[in-house]
Amino acid sequence: MRTVYVDNNATTQVAPEVFEVMKPFFHDLYGNPSSMHFKGGEVQKTSVEAREKVADLIGASPDEIVFTSCGTESDNAAIRGTLENYPGKRHVISTRVEHPAVWTLCKYLEKRGYRVTMLSVDREGRLDLDELRAAISDNTALVSIMYANNETGVTFPIEEIGQIVKSRGIPFHTDGVQAVGKIPLDMKRSTVDMLSFSGHKVHAPKGIGGLYIRRGTKFSSLLIGGHQEKGRRGGTENIPYIVGLGKACELAARHLEEENNRVRLMRDKLEQGLLERIPDTLVNGDREHRLPNTVSLSFEYVEGESILLLLSNLGICASSGSACTSGSLEPSHVLRAMGIPFTAAHGSIRFSLSIYNTEEDIDYILEQLPPIIEKLRDISPFWRDYIKASSKQ
Amino acid sequence: MWDYTEKVKDHFVNPRNVGEIDDPDGIGEVGSLACGDALRLSFKLDKDRRIKDVKFKTFGCASAIASSSALTELVKGKTLEQAEKISNRDIAEYLGGLPEEKMHCSVMGREALAAAIANYRGEEREKEEFEIVCNCFGISDREIERAVKEDNLHTVEQVTHYTKAGGGCEGCHPKIRDIIAKVWGEKEETPVLAKPAKGKKLTNIQRMRLIEETLEREIKPALRQDGGDLELIDIEGSRVIVALRGTCSFCPSADFTLKQYVEAKLKEFVTDDITVEVEE
Repeated sequence: MRTVYVDNNATTQVAPEVFEVMKPFFHDLYGNPSSMHFKGGEVQKTSVEAREKVADLIGASPDEIVFTSCGTESDNAAIRGTLENYPGKRHVISTRVEHPAVWTLCKYLEKRGYRVTMLSVDREGRLDLDELRAAISDNTALVSIMYANNETGVTFPIEEIGQIVKSRGIPFHTDGVQAVGKIPLDMKRSTVDMLSFSGHKVHAPKGIGGLYIRRGTKFSSLLIGGHQEKGRRGGTENIPYIVGLGKACELAARHLEEENNRVRLMRDKLEQGLLERIPDTLVNGDREHRLPNTVSLSFEYVEGESILLLLSNLGICASSGSACTSGSLEPSHVLRAMGIPFTAAHGSIRFSLSIYNTEEDIDYILEQLPPIIEKLRDISPFWRDYIKASSKQ
Repeated sequence: MWDYTEKVKDHFVNPRNVGEIDDPDGIGEVGSLACGDALRLSFKLDKDRRIKDVKFKTFGCASAIASSSALTELVKGKTLEQAEKISNRDIAEYLGGLPEEKMHCSVMGREALAAAIANYRGEEREKEEFEIVCNCFGISDREIERAVKEDNLHTVEQVTHYTKAGGGCEGCHPKIRDIIAKVWGEKEETPVLAKPAKGKKLTNIQRMRLIEETLEREIKPALRQDGGDLELIDIEGSRVIVALRGTCSFCPSADFTLKQYVEAKLKEFVTDDITVEVEE
């Protein structure tokens, strides 16, 4: 069966070049970089190079990069590692549409006595920066606002936000897991103090992530242990994966232009094609400010899990913000925060592309999805009611 | 990915008896678009009062569609008395089992059938008095009680898997716990909100906790029914400072709600001197 993988915001395939460079580090090059003998020395050099490549992708200095195990760890390290440095300040600002890594942590902080302001978004998933200005107080220890939303792809004006936050002297963290490798970033010119990213979203394997920490930022390590990562994360370096992430970032830098041209065009073709072929379809989120690879669509009167399974039977891998897919009973908190009606949120499908997708993939989806929606609408009790009601008008 | 049986997959991909009977003898409808699943069931009887034809339309996930399809296969050819005896367990068993989180799909099938039979008999469904416990999904105490008894449920989580009750704001969890306790004969009913004895002065900690509890259990669930919400910003003595969220944040009658509802509830459950203000 043909496989069309368009769920790259969930995870990506490991690039063959990445896997290739990792291999020697599982047999010959197994040394610990901290060791004094030659086995340590031979991996030390490669890990330095990998750090440089990661830093280059986001316009940072290598010493500003800390390797972690995943995006969630990076977010936890940034937020908790900052709060520890401001024990007197008990207020955190974030948004209602964060990834669970930040969102659930904010809920946890609330239980621990922090006041957390979760900024709201409008119907298009945009922030109101006046709400941010009004929320900042002398008690604010940290502002953490995601760069790009994983479900809708909507990007926030991070530099504008950073200027507001920095003008009040407050540390600014952004969850950049979906942004890194998809849009150009330059930390040298940025107002961001800390930026989280993850390997498996950029064609490196799962199990490696990173945190950019601007020089001079107050930070305490989450993992207390050895001197690794200049004392900012204890634990022996995961050398094979660090090397893999380095290669993935090198490739990502090379592919940035393609991501923003060819991938964007394919995404636009998919979006436009589905809107034309399937009536009563809505785009979720601001189409102007959006990742080049992502589109979230709602097909009214049908339910997301059903769509996904029928797509999956045809080899197409996508995801949904519907309740049923997660095991929870309410649709995604992101779509709810945007005020997308439940009726549409239940039928939401996200397509997230990568450079490995082809025009044929898009044509295949455009061919296969419309009959699926038609079939499910035929089964749905609301569709005929709706057709009847609209034909009377 | 859910671990669905082959039979569930089969009934999902090739559902039996999809449609609506034009001139049905009985028709029943449960669920709603907002809930994420809904089922409309209609049937026609033959001269022996057996179910001759039955059709369904379902909005929902794979297990909801498969459960509906299974139900129609199960009731075909049965008398209403026989059909009535079909439980949600029978539906799930027919399908070779359902993931526990999806058991509410089979419950929906049984309820639609009950509604359709009641419709045939000209009865109003749920004649008895009932109270809505879960406001997020509109589930009554009767429905929860029935599921607890029939499916031998002992935790709130199980009740959520089988009926959906408690799967939203979670404000009704204490009430669900009470229903479970009542069914299984644990007489002790813990009061939802422990209001201190009259005249006894609350400590600051107690007062704050009580304000928070009242907001979470009484006030927010009610506001959320209309898409509104509020956030507790601060408590200074008897001054409660909140921020309006959701539809409340642009509702023209928010001031009225704040004084007449939020403040009144807090006065009732906490102390008489509470005032509520919106964050500047």
